[in-house]
Amino acid sequence: MKEITEIRIHGRGGQGAKTAAQFIVETAIKDGKFIQAFPEYGPERTGAPMKTYARISDSVIKTHEPVAEPDIVMVIDPTLLDVVDVTEGMKKDSILIVNTTDEPEKVKERTGFSGKVYTVDATGVSIDLIGKNMPNTPILGALAKVCKHVTLEGLSENVRHKFLSKIGEEKTNANIEAMKRAYNEVKG
Amino acid sequence: MDTIQVSKSMRPMTGAQAVAEAMRQINPDVVAMYPITPQTPIIETFAKIVADGRASTEIIRVESEHSAMSATVGAAAAGARAMTATAANGLALMDEIVYIAASMRLPIVMPIANRALSGPINIHCDHSDTMNVRDSGWIQIYSETAQEAYEQMFLALKLAEHKDVLLPAMVCQDGFVTSHGVENVKIHDDETMKKFIGEYKPEYALLDVDNPVTYGPLQLQDYYFETKKQQVDAMKNAKRIFLEIGKELSQITGHDYGYFEKYEMDDAEAVLIAMNSTAGNIKAVVDKMRKEGKKVGMMKLRLFRPFPYEEIAEALKDVPVVGVFDRAESFGARPPLYGEIRNALFDLDKKPDMQSFVFGLGGRDIFSHQIEDAFNMLLDGKMTDETKYIGCRGC
Repeated sequence: MKEITEIRIHGRGGQGAKTAAQFIVETAIKDGKFIQAFPEYGPERTGAPMKTYARISDSVIKTHEPVAEPDIVMVIDPTLLDVVDVTEGMKKDSILIVNTTDEPEKVKERTGFSGKVYTVDATGVSIDLIGKNMPNTPILGALAKVCKHVTLEGLSENVRHKFLSKIGEEKTNANIEAMKRAYNEVKG
Repeated sequence: MDTIQVSKSMRPMTGAQAVAEAMRQINPDVVAMYPITPQTPIIETFAKIVADGRASTEIIRVESEHSAMSATVGAAAAGARAMTATAANGLALMDEIVYIAASMRLPIVMPIANRALSGPINIHCDHSDTMNVRDSGWIQIYSETAQEAYEQMFLALKLAEHKDVLLPAMVCQDGFVTSHGVENVKIHDDETMKKFIGEYKPEYALLDVDNPVTYGPLQLQDYYFETKKQQVDAMKNAKRIFLEIGKELSQITGHDYGYFEKYEMDDAEAVLIAMNSTAGNIKAVVDKMRKEGKKVGMMKLRLFRPFPYEEIAEALKDVPVVGVFDRAESFGARPPLYGEIRNALFDLDKKPDMQSFVFGLGGRDIFSHQIEDAFNMLLDGKMTDETKYIGCRGC
């Protein structure tokens, strides 16, 4: 089995792709993992396509290069499917998670990726439960469903730890509920 | 490093945050601040620490890096433990005072997030900024990881303040790659680190009115030369004392602080030499190629000024081929690290073959397959007298 799990997240500037990567590694480090998280360093513009990377491993991570062959790719903004090649460098056994109302089969057709594809309506869930379009938190619930290094419990605990003092009990719970629903509703 | 276990005290931090944590534990008397990408999160994090009452430092907000270094020099001459931080053009702008700080023998510690100098304007990593001041009389320490950047702040401080050194020191980390990348960082116990650096008792303080001193007087043909020679001697002392302080720090951190780290070099047929984060990338490639039976190794240089010539020659004397990875150019000359390594090997009876590589200028990514190609070039004996430019169009 591969020693390091490598994750790439596609989003648009301002959608919280960097925060999502940060959440993933914060959760993993509490489970005793070695981690890395960093964005693709380019001009940062709101709304422009951007990528962030995360690595999780049981041993020291030595390299600092960008993730070229991701094990998991998460797409926070479905409109990116027509704009960037989200499958670049993906292998046959890689996993693609997309925030969309489409079925996984449809995403396979659109991207030409034949491996495992999961879809979840993270936007719908976030509008419904959080009250605004913040798909980056719920989509992490979908990640917990398919990635052994990240658990829903760990993510929930981290969300509580980080959000409670900032946004209060009610909104924190809404974020946790959103992750749980995405976890349960992920298709694929 | 392989045997390191993740402990509960490890936190996800960027290199910038880790260095700010070192500054919190050091609690300097004065920090002059001026923002510049990618250094800004260092002072930003530290300013928050001070605002939250977790450090009692006096922050001086200045209008440029030239003023930042000037204010730091003034504070240090007064007898304060004084710091600032910068990168790239900020370091270039303060260059005049950087050189003066060293000649005034002020033990200032300055974290750097290495970034390409303009032009063309660029905000990403290379080492042109600190190579530009390599002859300024500052100690230069380079860091592979956020953890090293954090720990080497303490090494730099204690070395700079040693009475036989009294030289300023910069602690370098790769801009963005390390400064903005989140990694596991272990912050050591506050009391232990405070005890390690000790209470600052300046040797010559302007505010010590019972023992008056003059800083920055005119020295023409009469004494300028002697002052320069004293800086030369202080650097020699710094080289010796670096190892002593490193050993003391090792007892706290469990990490080694030699002039350089030797990675799989014992029976290596080809060795690549690098500084800062790329050393980690090369280690990962060494691991892969070793599994395939290829005898490759890596040398990570930690101390660039003072430069450990004799020790490097000793470490490389049995290596058949050495490749040097420079992340900076010296236009019209050999790249800076390559030039120094080649200089170090001159005294050997049997000199290794050498190859110069320049990579990553202006933040150009370096990938494992490119490092593997470089190793294979050395193993296949395809060295040339020309520098190889990795990942550069048309090269």
